[in-house]
Amino acid sequence: MSLPSNDLMAAIAATRFGLGARPGEIEAARSDPRGFLQSQIRREGADLPRDDGESAPVRYAAFADLRQERRAARQDARMVAGDDTKSIPVVDAPNRNAKSEAQKDVQRYIREKTTGDFLARAQLATDTETSFRERWALFFANHFTVSQTKQAASIVIGPFEREAIRPHAFGRFEDMLLAASTHAAMLTYLDQAQSVGPGSPAARYQTRKGRRTGLNENLAREILELHTVGVDAGYSQADVTEFARALTGFSIGRAQDPDIGAFVFRANTHEPGARSILGKAYAQSGENQGLSVLKALAADPRTARHVCGKIARHFVADDPPPALVKRLETRWIETGGQLDEVAKALIEAPEAWDPTPTKIKTPYEFVISTWRAVGGRPAAFERLNPILISLGQKPFSPPSPKGWPDEAGAWASPDGLVKRMQWTQGFAAAVADTRDPDALARSALGARLSEPTARAVARAETRREAFALLVMSPEFQRR
Amino acid sequence: MTDRSLPPSRRSFLAAAASLGVAVSFVGRQAHAADGAKKLVVVVCRGGMDGLSVAPPIGDPGYAALRGPIAVGAEAALKLDDTFALHPSLTTVHALARQGQARIAPAIATPDRARSHFEAQDVLETGEAKVYGADSGWLNRTLEVMGPGKTEALSVGTTAPLILRGKVQAASWSPGKGLDEAARLPTLLQDLYKGDPLLGPAFARGLETEAMAQAAMTALAPAPAPPAEGGMMMAASTPAMNRPGGRPADNRQGREAARKLGSTLAGFMRQADGPQIAALSLDGFDTHAGQVGQIATRLTYLDAVLDGLHEGLGPEWKNTVVVAVTEFGRTARVNGTGGTDHGTASTALLLGGALKRGGIVGDWPTLSETALFENRDVAPTLDMRGLFKGVLIDHLGVDRADVERKVFVDSAGARPVTGLV
Repeated sequence: MSLPSNDLMAAIAATRFGLGARPGEIEAARSDPRGFLQSQIRREGADLPRDDGESAPVRYAAFADLRQERRAARQDARMVAGDDTKSIPVVDAPNRNAKSEAQKDVQRYIREKTTGDFLARAQLATDTETSFRERWALFFANHFTVSQTKQAASIVIGPFEREAIRPHAFGRFEDMLLAASTHAAMLTYLDQAQSVGPGSPAARYQTRKGRRTGLNENLAREILELHTVGVDAGYSQADVTEFARALTGFSIGRAQDPDIGAFVFRANTHEPGARSILGKAYAQSGENQGLSVLKALAADPRTARHVCGKIARHFVADDPPPALVKRLETRWIETGGQLDEVAKALIEAPEAWDPTPTKIKTPYEFVISTWRAVGGRPAAFERLNPILISLGQKPFSPPSPKGWPDEAGAWASPDGLVKRMQWTQGFAAAVADTRDPDALARSALGARLSEPTARAVARAETRREAFALLVMSPEFQRR
Repeated sequence: MTDRSLPPSRRSFLAAAASLGVAVSFVGRQAHAADGAKKLVVVVCRGGMDGLSVAPPIGDPGYAALRGPIAVGAEAALKLDDTFALHPSLTTVHALARQGQARIAPAIATPDRARSHFEAQDVLETGEAKVYGADSGWLNRTLEVMGPGKTEALSVGTTAPLILRGKVQAASWSPGKGLDEAARLPTLLQDLYKGDPLLGPAFARGLETEAMAQAAMTALAPAPAPPAEGGMMMAASTPAMNRPGGRPADNRQGREAARKLGSTLAGFMRQADGPQIAALSLDGFDTHAGQVGQIATRLTYLDAVLDGLHEGLGPEWKNTVVVAVTEFGRTARVNGTGGTDHGTASTALLLGGALKRGGIVGDWPTLSETALFENRDVAPTLDMRGLFKGVLIDHLGVDRADVERKVFVDSAGARPVTGLV
């Protein structure tokens, strides 16, 4: 397979591998497009967004404090309404206000933290000169999905990406899997923190007290189905249950614990005994049992195939060339799942440079790439939130643990395209008047700029129309 | 917008506008009587309006031969004098011309010769001799020299035009989302998506659904009581009209919508404390192919806006001058797709009860081969800035020295056209 010209490869490097070209980016990649991408790969991982830098434990502690205040306010209100109603009937109202004030505090806190995290991440995406590195990190953040749809997890999505995903983006897959599966965000989102082995001391104690506790399979199932070997790997329900038993004890520090929000292993909730998962026996005791299963899954060749298939689908085509997947898989296995090597294999693969773009940008990629095209950045969360909601990609809120869809059909919907056009018009009104549309078209798309689009841009009646045509053009929508 | 210092009429007017979902903001606080105040409306026709269609020189021996199939026929044209007529769509303009209240400037141009829409529009609106000469518009600088706060200005349309951008905060108003560009863009995009098996069909369906939704909403919610004579209908029906090559069925509706746009603008201008100066942008004049139908549609729209404005201003028409201009004209010859390409001089329209009766403004260079600019376009004989300067000085009474030094800098070569009012 022969490679396209350097001009075209430079355009592909910025638009397919990255997040869309900033002015001058394609020019910078021209002399050595592969080297341009290669240099973005680094063992120390992806960049960290310039958010408040708070760790998951700090966030959980603050969240717990707010909830505690809310409970106290509610108790006050109950006391006034209950015992003392007859003597002081009028005090009820202010206390009810106090209660709702405390609730508002919690809601405000959650909103401020999540919007701050998201804005910082979006600004990193618009500003970065190494957007292949960022795309690679975003791919894995979506692979190990944590969603704001579960409120308790929402405040730690930012810390999750910063602590579990980004540092390991070009490290060993095993390290990322372990970090993600033991992070407070994942343990909360997939209900692992509450899972209790039915034969554990804690379960026996709880049963005596008449409380129902037990196993939660959610995390175990999703790790098998989504994060590692994949749904086609041929595992059974017994494997899921056994894995869930092995994971019991994986939890997080509670509000009253000193290690609130941090990973803790609760030995008294761990299911005793040896496990058998995917035909392999695990005789380890305690925390090591679950960790051993995770390590074995990371090393499983089916995991290599599953994750490499997803990488190829994400970066290259909905139906990726089997030869490409094979190259990635081979490198993965040769290097023990070393992700920097897999990233290099992707850049080296000629199939990844097919000049015909088939992927459609997700709304996030679309919006970020539009900002990048003008060399700008969103100044406020409110600049991103309405459009991402209307395009069906609400910030930090993938609909399921499977993450955001990655197929063209999911995003190139009739309504989606009309909404993209409407947003583009508003964006054009804000930025297009001071720019030369032809130059913008060339810097944004380089050699990928098609003749019809170049002509449409040149013939547009206004700069705004020219800008809208550029951003809505098939080659800008695709990557 | 609920400023307690506003007079009651202004407050209720703004409240009415707010109920229509439009944003209106005026600068200045001093009330002045709208009655009798001189008014100026600048209509910018974007896309390079074809002057030879606006006012076809049917008496020029070169005209029919150069234009061939797209020439306006002598029998359909609305005659002005021995040489010039008006396009058959411009019935309002023609009626006003017969009363001495409309004139044409048939060979007018800005100093720019690059034939780029963006650049020529910049030069037209900044009033400079070169592109990127200034980042404020000449109408805004006019407000500056007239004394900020004493004069109100308003821009109409989704595109806040450069002509009113600058130090003085001018008001803007738009009758609905995406009124102008939204109408053109879907058509252009459908064209770009023709070869795309995924985007093409998806986008077409999206537009269908959108149209259905809008129709449903219009049926459910009839237009509320308008602040002037306008209303929400305008927002709903104007896009159909703005689409190049709109069908005749759309044209009647479109004409009605355009009249409402004009009469609504008039309504604004008749308010006590309303704008004295207004700018209005109309898109869709870039007629590279199939020009005959497109230009008829666009000129029908322009004529209807002027009709609504004339009627809406009522007794105030006598204090008003309207100037309709474009960034450049089009090639004198027809191209291979029944259209014309970017050219140089075009025709400006002057209207208003304040105008003096008279013939064409400027000289007619004729269409003989040797007279064409670069053997291609109508040659310019009149600098656009000269026309603007004349209107500012004679009609609005702006100090001549200010006009020369502050509004149109470095325009000594463009002598003000005097004696228009």
